[in-house]
This record gives sequence, structure tokens and C-alpha cells, in this order.
Amino acid sequence: MTVLLEAIDLIKDYPGLRAVDGIRFAVEAGSCYGLLGPNGAGKTTTMEMLEGLTPLDGGEIRYRGRPVDTGFRHEIGIQFQETALLERQTVMEALELFAAFYERRADVGALIRRCRLEEFLDRDTRKLSGGQRQRLLLAIALVNDPALVFLDEPTTGLDPQSRRNFWSLIEDIKHEGKTVLLTTHYMEEAYRLCDRIAIVDRGRIIIEGEPDALLAEHFAATVIRLPLSAIETGRSLPPEIQRVDGRYELFTDDVPAAIARLESLGASLSDCQITAPTLEDLFLKLTGHALRQ
Amino acid sequence: MKFSLTRLLAILRARLREFYRDTASWAWNLLMPVLILIGFAFIFSGDTQPLYRLAVIGDPQLMDSLLRDADFVERIRLSPTARDQALVKLQRHQYDLLLDVTVEPPRYWINSQSDKGRVMEQLLLNRPAVNDGRFQRAEVSGKDLRYVDWVMPGVLAMNMMFSCLWGVGWVVVRYRKNGVLRRLQATPLTAFEFLSAQVLARMVIVVFVTSAVIIGANALVGFVMRGSWWTLALVFTTGALCLTSLGLIVATRLKTEEVAEGLLNLMSWPMMILSGVWFSMESAHPVAQAISAALPLTWLVDAARRVMLDGAGVAEVAGDLMLMSLTTLLLLGVSARLFRWS
Repeated sequence: MTVLLEAIDLIKDYPGLRAVDGIRFAVEAGSCYGLLGPNGAGKTTTMEMLEGLTPLDGGEIRYRGRPVDTGFRHEIGIQFQETALLERQTVMEALELFAAFYERRADVGALIRRCRLEEFLDRDTRKLSGGQRQRLLLAIALVNDPALVFLDEPTTGLDPQSRRNFWSLIEDIKHEGKTVLLTTHYMEEAYRLCDRIAIVDRGRIIIEGEPDALLAEHFAATVIRLPLSAIETGRSLPPEIQRVDGRYELFTDDVPAAIARLESLGASLSDCQITAPTLEDLFLKLTGHALRQ
Repeated sequence: MKFSLTRLLAILRARLREFYRDTASWAWNLLMPVLILIGFAFIFSGDTQPLYRLAVIGDPQLMDSLLRDADFVERIRLSPTARDQALVKLQRHQYDLLLDVTVEPPRYWINSQSDKGRVMEQLLLNRPAVNDGRFQRAEVSGKDLRYVDWVMPGVLAMNMMFSCLWGVGWVVVRYRKNGVLRRLQATPLTAFEFLSAQVLARMVIVVFVTSAVIIGANALVGFVMRGSWWTLALVFTTGALCLTSLGLIVATRLKTEEVAEGLLNLMSWPMMILSGVWFSMESAHPVAQAISAALPLTWLVDAARRVMLDGAGVAEVAGDLMLMSLTTLLLLGVSARLFRWS
């Protein structure tokens, strides 16, 4: 696969704060790359530097192997975390306005169908629901048929149903061969959509790779979770059973053996959960704090 | 990035759409000046002005001594260069008598159609300083100008000032605050295209609103128009460009509407008070007169008033046109240099 976009040792300083501290990664053409991290980790600043909206204090950005130039803006589509549109225009007028800014334009009819905008094309953009608004903003991001799409926290604030619908749209974009760079703090979203992820904390990438490979590298296949009340207080516990985030956790590749071990310790298994480890577990393990803190 | 007329026109259309769909806003833009004019036409419909106005060219000592005991007479001292303008004001009944002691023999003028002028003449001729047979009498004629006629150019210009300053300055700052500018920055739209569209949109709006106000005011209260409509259009277009570019200065970097509001008030209130919209500044303190002379709204009001009331042509208002054009170029240059999307 060819690399479409490269971030090379990016640095961004604000007074008293280094928001981005040497971030480096590469996004392959046709893939979905995720920047994960808690609020304030530096994801959005990194994204805005890549989009050309925030000047760099250090480092370099390369697109198709060359430093970005003025033509870059014609080839990208952006959906911001928070944005506003000009007032008193309908959904159709907003699409037409943004389409007029580009020399290359997507088929607006097809875009309307794909983002399911038909039902509210004549509605004032200020009167859309959260899900409808995000679909319009995605359509605007795609109006120039971009090769590279930046999606900054695209599903924040959406209800679960709208979020899942939105994921389907992003999967469609991926299937068309477009490259997607996504920031999110929803681990499920990253796991479902991203081919590669970078976990960002305090302006640095702390780990980078394919989600499944990262989980396999750091965890056993299964995690068993128990409430604190399941094990008698004061009982001495083996090191593989850890107290994390107000509960006990045991990672294992052999579930029956682990269950037998817990029973031998007199643990009550009535409220135990047996699941696969998640990216949230990975973040917690690597940083010592939860993603949403 | 290369200039694109398509992008400019797209953002211009969107801005105009924002305006004409904001019914309350444009209705207020149309109604406010018309209501002000109707109000003034009503308030000054009676002959209630108690003052007599004596204009004296030269010899401040004579002026000080003349009619010192008559506190119902306002005395205005003028330089010899202001004689022609003073005669026009006498024709309009803005002065009741003009006295010039810089010429030999000294001379006074009254308006033959002014009762107050004849009263002033009698008052003056009873004074020993004047009643020595040296003074020559001269007459001008002209109908009394209603206050509403005098104030009309000022109200039109003031409405234009608010529209240009707030419609560009405040609106662009609001775009910046709510993220519209950031969204536009992410597209190939250039700052030049965006700012040009804002200026053009404002010009279209100003032309529409001013035309509608002129038609409405003419139908409701009537007004004097002695000059050419084309000259007036040139004066208003040049003035609107100048005031819009002043609005752009506010729009360049501010991030909150509150600060923009403060700055716009700081610009608009002195202009509204000191630019001769409501009253003539010639009797004002010299410092106030100097400030007034430096304000773009003064140039616009003066030029519009001379076209509408005196029938002045382009050559006679060329000075004001030049001042407004140069200021526009300067402000546009500064705005383009200072502008930030975010």
C-alpha cells in the first residue's frame, strides 16, 4: 500500500503548554486511521495541523510523498467536531454553496442518497436533529469527492442508534477506496472502523498499530471481571488477579482454568463478566487513567 | 490560490440570502429611518424655533459688541472664505442675516422671503455700530428649508453607516465566534474572495435599503432634491464603500461579539453625534469641529447635503469623494493584511 499522508514529528506549542509533542505516523491510501485519546490529548490540534488550519511549530506534513501545497485543500474533505454553517439556508443550499467552492464535485444526487438527506433537503439547517446535522456535515465533507477525509469526533453527542447509522456511512466511504483519518474517544467506534490506530495522550503517541494486533500483544484473549464483593476481604490474592477501577480483573487464555482458580479462592462467580479485552483496557494499562477522565 | 468568481458569487448569494430571509432585520433597516423622518417632520411642523441667527464675516470685536444684550440672537463668526456657503444658508433660512465687514463698503444680506430676516435688519439698524450709513443692503431669496429636508441626507447616511459597520463588522465576528469562518477556511475559498463578497453583499443591501427609504420618505413626508440622482448615487456608493471598509477593520481579528459591539459603538456614536447628522457643527467648539472634519460620516453627510439641498455636481463634492475613496483604499489594504480566519 502507498502512504497517502505522513505526519513527521509534529510540534504545537501554546503558552505554557506543548499540545502536540513530536507526533509521527503515516496513513496508507484507502485505509481508515484512528487517533484515539481522551479530551485534551492533542488529537484535534494534530488534526487541524494536518488539515492546514493550524500552523506547525515544528515537524513536517507530506501528502502523496510531497510537502502539502495549495492544491491539497481541493483534495481533502473535513468534518469538524464543532462547526456552524451560514444561517437561513436549506440543506440543499448548504450543499450547493460548498460544492461551488471546488473545481471537482461529487454527484450531489448520489451524495444526498448516500447520506440519506432526501427527507429534509428543504429544511433550514438550524432545524436539524443531531444525527441529521452530522449526516449533512459529512455530505459537505464529501462534496468535492475528496481522496482524504478528516473526521474529528464525528459521532460525539449522537444517540447510539444515530452513531451506528453514522458508522455504516463511514464504512461505505471506506469501501469506495477513500482514505479516512478519524479522531474519537469511543473505543468501540475506533475498533469497528479503523485499520490502524494511534493512542494519543498528553500530546504524544503512546502506541500505534492495528487494533487486534495491539490487543493481542498486550493482553490474553479473555478478561474475567468480578465485583469487589465477590472475594472475601483480606484474602491474599495471586498477582494475576488485579484490583482495577473498583473491581477485580483476571486476563487469561484458558477460561476454564481461570474459573477453577477463582473458585479455589472462594470467589462468588454469580456477577462475573467474561469478555474480550478492549482498546479502553489497553489505554488504561498504558496510561494508568481511563479514556473519559 | 487563484481567484475564483464562482466562489465569490456563491458566498455573496449565501450572504444575501441570510439578509433577505432575516425579515425582522431588513424591516427594521427600512422602517427606522422612515420613522425618524416622520417624527422630525411632525416635531418641527410648527414655527417653534425662537432663535435668530446672525452670521458675521470678520471683525470679532464688532460681532462681540453687536446685539450683546439680545440673548435670543445666536451669533456665528465666519471667515471670508465661507461667504458663498453662508449666502446659500441665508437662502435656506438657516441664517437670518449675514454681515460682512471685510469688504469695503461693509455689507449685509437678508432673505427677501424671510420675516425673521426683516426683524433682524430692524434690530441691527437700530444699533449705532451699524447705523452710520456705511453699510450696504443686499438681498437673496429662497424658500424656507424644513428641518426634515435638512436632516434627510444625514438620516440616510446614518442608516447607511449602521448598516455598513454592523452588517460587516459584527456579522463577520459572529461568523468567527460560531465557527463559520473556520469551516470556510477549510475550503479553497480565499480571504480576498470572502471579504470581497461581504463588501459586495453590503453594497447590494445598502442600495436596496436606501432606495426603499428614499421612496418611502418621499411618499410620506416629501423632501428637497435639487441635485442629480446620479451624483447622489455616486456619493452614497462611495460613502458606503468607505464605511464598509471601516466595518472590515473591526472584522479582521476580533473573536467575540461583545468586544465587536463595544468597538462598533465607539465608532458609530461619535459619528452619529459629531458628523452633522442632526445639527450643524459650525457653532460647536473648535475641537469638536476638528474631530467632525476627520470623520467619514461627516464627508458623506456634507456631500449628500450639498447635492440634495444645493444642487451640487460631482466637481463640487469631489473633495469629499476623494477623501472617502482614499480612506476606503487605505482601510481595505489594512483589513486584507490583518484578517485572520480564526
